[in-house]
Amino acid sequence: MSHLVTIGLETHVQLKTRTKIFCGCKLEFGGLPNSQVCPVCLGLPGALPVLNRKVFLLGLRAVLALQGAPSTVIKFDRKNYFYPDLPKGYQISQYDSPLGVGGSVEIRSGDKTKKIRLNRLHLEEDAGKLIHDNSPDASHVDLNRAGTPLAEIVTEPDLESPEEAYDYLTNLKAILKSIGVSDCDMEKGHLRCDANVSLRKNEKDPLGKRVEIKNLNSFKAVKAALHYEIGRQREAVDKGETIVQETRLWDDDRQKTISMRSKEQAHDYRYFPEPDLVPFSVAKEEIERERKNIPELPKEKMKRFIKDYNLTPYDAHLITQDDKLAAFFEECAVHYKSFKKIANWITGPLLAYINEAPASDTNEFSSKFLIKLMKMVDDGTISFQAAKDKVFTQMLREKRDPEEILQEKGLTQVSDNAAIQGWIKEALESNPKVVQDFKSGKESAAMFLIGQVMKKSRGTANPGKVRELMIQRLKAL
Amino acid sequence: MSLSEKTAFQLSELYRKNECTQEDVLKDLASAVKAKDRDARRIHAYIQPASGSPSLTARRAGGGLSGIPIAVKDNICVEGEEITCASKILKGFVSPYNATVIQKLLSAGAVIFGRTNMDEFAFGSSCETSVYGPTRNPRDPERVPGGSSGGSAASVADHSAIAALGSDTGGSIRQPASFCGVVGMKPTYGRVSRYGLVAFASSLDQIGPITKDVRDSALLLGVIAGHDPKDSTSADLPVPDYLECLGQSIKGMKVGILTDDNKEGLNPLVRASVKEEAQNTLRQLGVGIKEISLPHMKYAVSVYYIVAPSEASSNLARFDGVRYGFRDSTVASVLDMYEKTRGEGFGAEAKRRIILGTYSLSSGYYDAYYLRAMKVRTKIKQDFDKAFKEVDAIMMPTSPSVAFKLGEKIQNPLEMYLSDIYTISANLAGIPAISIPCGMDGTQGKPLPIGLQFLGKPFDEGTLYKLAHAFEQNTDFHRKLGNVK
Repeated sequence: MSHLVTIGLETHVQLKTRTKIFCGCKLEFGGLPNSQVCPVCLGLPGALPVLNRKVFLLGLRAVLALQGAPSTVIKFDRKNYFYPDLPKGYQISQYDSPLGVGGSVEIRSGDKTKKIRLNRLHLEEDAGKLIHDNSPDASHVDLNRAGTPLAEIVTEPDLESPEEAYDYLTNLKAILKSIGVSDCDMEKGHLRCDANVSLRKNEKDPLGKRVEIKNLNSFKAVKAALHYEIGRQREAVDKGETIVQETRLWDDDRQKTISMRSKEQAHDYRYFPEPDLVPFSVAKEEIERERKNIPELPKEKMKRFIKDYNLTPYDAHLITQDDKLAAFFEECAVHYKSFKKIANWITGPLLAYINEAPASDTNEFSSKFLIKLMKMVDDGTISFQAAKDKVFTQMLREKRDPEEILQEKGLTQVSDNAAIQGWIKEALESNPKVVQDFKSGKESAAMFLIGQVMKKSRGTANPGKVRELMIQRLKAL
Repeated sequence: MSLSEKTAFQLSELYRKNECTQEDVLKDLASAVKAKDRDARRIHAYIQPASGSPSLTARRAGGGLSGIPIAVKDNICVEGEEITCASKILKGFVSPYNATVIQKLLSAGAVIFGRTNMDEFAFGSSCETSVYGPTRNPRDPERVPGGSSGGSAASVADHSAIAALGSDTGGSIRQPASFCGVVGMKPTYGRVSRYGLVAFASSLDQIGPITKDVRDSALLLGVIAGHDPKDSTSADLPVPDYLECLGQSIKGMKVGILTDDNKEGLNPLVRASVKEEAQNTLRQLGVGIKEISLPHMKYAVSVYYIVAPSEASSNLARFDGVRYGFRDSTVASVLDMYEKTRGEGFGAEAKRRIILGTYSLSSGYYDAYYLRAMKVRTKIKQDFDKAFKEVDAIMMPTSPSVAFKLGEKIQNPLEMYLSDIYTISANLAGIPAISIPCGMDGTQGKPLPIGLQFLGKPFDEGTLYKLAHAFEQNTDFHRKLGNVK
């Protein structure tokens, strides 16, 4: 039986500040356990929080970029619960007066765009981390992360498939990165997600019982967990079982969700206004000043790239997802006017390189080098294939002039007829059977022979020329 | 005469004239502590007298408190010193940092002299809930010194301290000052930094001085007051020179008295000293007495016992055995650790308040209790705002009674709570209030001090010092009680 899927996401985003939200401790990833702590983030008796103003400003910028309404009074609340990684026994968060209300994120749904409405954005502090594998009879607490500033962004239940959820997260990430609010580095835990999912049979039915899935630490995990959970619920409903409102945990190793607690066991967080932080009001001018600080958003940039550079929506979308890529594209476009070719290099080989190379190697690319490489392909100095396979990666990794690499490797393209004819002769002689196939009408045999020539030339032969001469030669046989 | 019997101001004079050294003073204090604690009926004002830590006793030149030893309540953090809030759950915890007030005292040249006893986590009005056992009232060891800053008040009254710091959430400086016959000042909320004060109820707590006379109080507050960037609730306002307020004429000032006074619970002698004698004294000094009304004050105790335990239940959540202090060693799981550590670590009154607060913040009860209480709190504050349009200060008893006997109220929490009936509203409204001696009850065997309270406008501690000093100089209870010799 078919079911309609309803999904809502709560995303915790680490804000890009130098220091923690309520104290001056540095936020550096990978420090020794408990090396970036002070009385405040350790929750020592007598210590008091003081708001890091940068956190509020970044949060405000996010609210504005996401088209939400910023609150004019900033107030914090305590969320009370016990857990060993929570040093004060409560988390300072925002309850009934979030920093932002409403707003939306656009996603692509097939050929159309769809607006995913946001419910709220609020600021809060992160907890520490438990380490369980140091000794068999004890767990350890690392509080370096305690007090990390987070924005929690909550959607309305507008997402209808795991793919939409994935797309929403991708777009949210692109926006937050481009406005400098967060680095959104998943490996460093900058972005964490909880998902709510329910099923119903008809549009007219009320929403089904909501299941919350926690521990989603990558976009892939969000998609996989939602697929699993939808499958699990669908099966249960089809068998006539009822879905209970509960919280489930995603187990990434076993690729399944496990029940964590039911509605009855849900925490009563006993929220109340944080008496250690005095509410303050935000002047309209401050909001407007921050609004002006917001750079061009990916969505606007994409529209501009389609218009100004005549890119396909697909290419424009891919390139504008990452500010650095978009800036790189525009740098190249200043001096190289075949925009489609730049786009092809970026969406093809460059993205592949970024996905595989360590993050430290993807910091900056020289537009000068790529332009040079593209021009060498254009004037036949090197084949596209050789440029892509033999020069490009090295050029990026070693930040070196492609011409140098070309010379060093002896990859300059050979267009000389005599040399190519020599390789053709060799290819024909060592593959008499293939030649025979061609003669008996199997035209694809020519491709194999061209490939053999390219191989013999170690990729340096001008492929256009090889093709031309090979066909001539074969037809003459 | 022992140097321990001097005030801070007198000691400064002696230092200036090179008539004694800081070492002489510390020696006299140490022997005073020893002498007072010799017998079984010992006063027990200190949990730990002077640690002798050189960083705390090294005399610094200059500074308004140069070489003056100050006793500190056991809920204010001193770097390198154990701090327990008189609770088992914090035993063994050594603070790695100084509270802002300690920093300020040290910068002014003061010496930190010992940690004074208190009710556990400042929960109490008798100093009987301390895990170290009760402190006794030096005026009559059968009686309580008041609480929660009972150790601080007793040490000052007993001349085993020159002056002390206490904290006041619902009367914890003023009521013990009243019971022990000394001067206790609760400053305006936000006047003194709370950074390093172990929180009881964050929206009510203030640190303040307990001293032998008004001059020392003004001297000490001047040192510890002021804005602190580490405490968001501290006010960014200049601190006046409180010493300049002393000795000024109070002629023409207007002091309000309550028309709607609680007559039933009020000891007639307390009533007579405050409402008759003290008023007459002020009238003679040219002060106009005006009846005012604080119609919501009758709800203050109820409001307080929602707000304070609510905040306390959250503030005390950090004492979970994970990072510091006591942890039960026989635990089998995380939940077990929480339950056993907190079950054994907290005393009965702490548990009572945690349960009260947890209940009133619970979903479904929040609106009826916490939210309603906060609304009434606003009304109480508005009552004061209105009254202060007509008068410069308000006068009332500090406590409805004189010091009661040990064990008299400890089994009856409600009765104990009611002993704060006059002090609580100043905390709820955030206004300053000072308690000074205004009489003696001679009907109970040993003469027992009676305390009078002046309440002032926010950040107008100066007016309170003016009034209190004029009253003190004209009544001389500080000399009659032997505070100043």
